[in-house]
Amino acid sequence: MSKFKKGGKRGGQAISTAALPDIVFMLLFFFMVTTVMRETELKIKVMIPKATELQKLERKSLVSYIYIGTPIPALQGQLGTAPRIQLNDAIKNPKDIIQFVEEEKEGIMEAERPLMTVSLKVDRDCEMGIVTDVKQELREANALKISYASSKTDDILNQGSQN
Amino acid sequence: MGRRDIPEINAGSMADIAFLLLIFFLVTTTMDTPTGLMRQLPPKMDEVEPPPPVKERNIFSILVNANNELLVEGEMMELKNLRERAKEFIIGRQNVPNDERFPEFKPTDIEFYGQGYPVSKQIISLQNDKGTSYGTYIQVQNELVAAYNEIRNEEAMRKFGVSFDRLEELKKEGDDLSARRVDAIKDVYPQRISEAEPKQVGKIPQ
Repeated sequence: MSKFKKGGKRGGQAISTAALPDIVFMLLFFFMVTTVMRETELKIKVMIPKATELQKLERKSLVSYIYIGTPIPALQGQLGTAPRIQLNDAIKNPKDIIQFVEEEKEGIMEAERPLMTVSLKVDRDCEMGIVTDVKQELREANALKISYASSKTDDILNQGSQN
Repeated sequence: MGRRDIPEINAGSMADIAFLLLIFFLVTTTMDTPTGLMRQLPPKMDEVEPPPPVKERNIFSILVNANNELLVEGEMMELKNLRERAKEFIIGRQNVPNDERFPEFKPTDIEFYGQGYPVSKQIISLQNDKGTSYGTYIQVQNELVAAYNEIRNEEAMRKFGVSFDRLEELKKEGDDLSARRVDAIKDVYPQRISEAEPKQVGKIPQ
């Protein structure tokens, strides 16, 4: 054992941590840049369904979201319990979708407008009636690329809450 | 001129502050890309021109009622059997072209398959009630897409010895041959899911 005890002055030597803040700051900036804060406050309950055959939405800047679901309990006094549509921050009617699509298209470069995708985030217990109305409005607004937002699962037949 | 020594600022707690911020951003970051089932809606209906009629035998009809029950080609069916049944129909019977239960074939010129390759005229027609739950609707859509994906994978495996998923990955990486193979497979088994407008048959239970 004495082989390792070189009898010199040991201990005392502190490891320099001068570079530590630099490393931490580097990580910090990385996460600051990649973080996306939730930009919309949901006024409705949306539990998206699960599916197995998913495709990724490649370009986030070309995606607009339409939320459909029943209002959250705190707002049910105002909005009722029937499923409603939320565009950005406000509860809207199906008729407002055409204008919404036009506004979203304004924000996209002209050449990329045909690639615009509308992602429908619909509560899984919602009924198809309102979803179909929304789809008809989207056809009217000529926004034909849609995506039914769903999350990944391995077992499609077992979805839990179904009515 | 007395140059006074500037006292050094103790930067020891800088790391702590940075760590605190770092942990905050670590926790709030979500890295997931949005995913979903992609669909293309039909363009606005031209009221002057009605769509061309399609023969009954080429249509695989699926009806979903307000109680989330499936009626497939006139019989009740469990969701778990839908994928197999849809696959059978999409592939069809190439060697028995007169079988009325399966779709007709149309000779088409496709790269890698030569001229006049018989391509099934299958169309899947999906009709749901206004009271159908969205969860069920997505399950049905998912099963249909899965049926197509499985068939395409099997066909790509048989023809090129590579799965269709892999070919699509290679296509994304910019491989020209794979891109042409993907197109060929898509021509052999085109995805045709047509959605009729929903009927309100059953009363929605309140």
